[in-house]
Amino acid sequence: MRRAVVKALVELAECDPRILLLTGDLGYLVVEPFSERFPARFINVGVAEQNMIGVATGLAEAGFIPFVYSIVTFASLRPYEFIRNGPILHRFPVRILGVGGGVEYGHNGASHYGLEDVGVMRVQPGITVIAPADHEQARTAVRKTWDLPGPAYYRLGKDDESTVPGLAGRFELGRLEVIREGADLLFITMGSIAGTVAAAAESLAGDGVSCSVAVVASLNPAPVADLREILGRFPLVLTVEAHYLVGGVGSLVSEVIADSGLACRIVRCGIRSTPDGVSGSQAYLHEVHGLSAPKLADTAREALAALDNARSTGG
Amino acid sequence: MTGGENVTPQKIRRIILEQSKRAGVGHIGSALSVADIVAALYANVLRISDPDDPDRDRFILSKGHAALALYAALFLRGWLTEEGLNTFCGDGSLLGVHPEHALRGVDFCTGSLGHGVAMGVGAALAARLQQSSLRVFVLVSDAECNEGSLWEAAAFAAHHGLANLTVLVDLNGQQALGYTRDVLDMSPLAGRWRAFGWDVTDVDGHDAPAIASAVAGLNSASGPPHVLIARTTFGKGVSFMENQIKWHYWPMTDGEYELALHEVDQTP
Repeated sequence: MRRAVVKALVELAECDPRILLLTGDLGYLVVEPFSERFPARFINVGVAEQNMIGVATGLAEAGFIPFVYSIVTFASLRPYEFIRNGPILHRFPVRILGVGGGVEYGHNGASHYGLEDVGVMRVQPGITVIAPADHEQARTAVRKTWDLPGPAYYRLGKDDESTVPGLAGRFELGRLEVIREGADLLFITMGSIAGTVAAAAESLAGDGVSCSVAVVASLNPAPVADLREILGRFPLVLTVEAHYLVGGVGSLVSEVIADSGLACRIVRCGIRSTPDGVSGSQAYLHEVHGLSAPKLADTAREALAALDNARSTGG
Repeated sequence: MTGGENVTPQKIRRIILEQSKRAGVGHIGSALSVADIVAALYANVLRISDPDDPDRDRFILSKGHAALALYAALFLRGWLTEEGLNTFCGDGSLLGVHPEHALRGVDFCTGSLGHGVAMGVGAALAARLQQSSLRVFVLVSDAECNEGSLWEAAAFAAHHGLANLTVLVDLNGQQALGYTRDVLDMSPLAGRWRAFGWDVTDVDGHDAPAIASAVAGLNSASGPPHVLIARTTFGKGVSFMENQIKWHYWPMTDGEYELALHEVDQTP
């Protein structure tokens, strides 16, 4: 997604001189298409993320649209208060590109994981929060939101190859995208783990369980109306995210269910505990945290069985 | 009331006392500390034909808790009405203890220390990219130099040769709970800024003409960014507040208020 976004930025920057790209000394073999095409509009601020956000705030006040680039946690958590008191309070169009949601930086360890970024960003009413599911959707999302009046945060995956089946790059602010239709169970997911959810749904189909899968890439504004409508049609929803259970799409769906008084039961799948120091690939860590396709399918079966059991006992 | 000639340290001090008494709030000593610096800036330094002019000089009161001094200057320049000034700390007012961008004349929200220089760096960089000759001034407290983020911004500004950026340090030697030498000693402050690549000028922070003159002598076209280390007295102008820690937060009694006004009125 990161390369797709930089490519989209180059195209947009050709037409709009307000676009700048700042990096906190990250993005090797990613940012070069921009830095080589627009050297005067590319600034490596060094390893100083608070300053990067502060500088972007000053640039935005003067009319620029600065995009800032770093790894999710360094882009969102380290300068969080600067984001809040800067672009959010001033309503300035600073764009924060966080790369590597969840455990994408697997072997790099917990310092590099992005487990709470959507949560901490989503609590701020004044910032658009977008977590695309693949590089095609990331491109569409950037092209549709780059010139919004206020700030925006983009949680980008590292994968620029695979695509989520059925998504076809669709994105609308404040909407969700249904990528698979089924009757027994609803999955709602965000971010690049959507591909894994699609695989889980496919595997469940082989067992005769028919699943719908919805992708929420627009976390703020949240697709409340879409969620209310689709949740009203299912007795059970599984939310899946490479994010802590609190604050992400599982929390969002819980809020909509509670606010709307829906009967849909929810099972949230996500990261449940603080990283314990055990390193591994993203695939390994997803397995450990119950987020691999087979584990998600198991959770879905158990949840359906529990629902059936509850119904038969009148619960 | 449109010109800078109306902005004097004495008028700023009087407004600080009147408004803090009326509102019953503190931060009086911090605001009095910068009255001469703010007067120098708004009388003789800042090129602002209109607060909405995109090519105006930018000013960031990074030590936002001295906002009353800024509100006083905006009022004395005619950019804030008396009615507006009198809403200070009232319900529904845009004039809180710390400045808000929503108030005309306030370029950036501040209040969280260590934030202003980074935004000022961005403003200075923007001016360079836009080939504007506007200059950016950031007023920080000496205790604010405790903040690591300030030094991130200082390093960046020097590396990029942002000559159009000037930081003014209100060196009053006090912070909320004690004297800076006791809490976290940052001396020699001039040496630290110099080590970060800045052009450092020492100035009497209560000599407004000297401050304006020092700024006038700076090369804002090329070379390193500038810092004026402005030696000040916390609570300056009110004898019983000077160098007293309690006047960081304390509001005035009626008797203290009368005495303070009397002293300020006696000092031109």
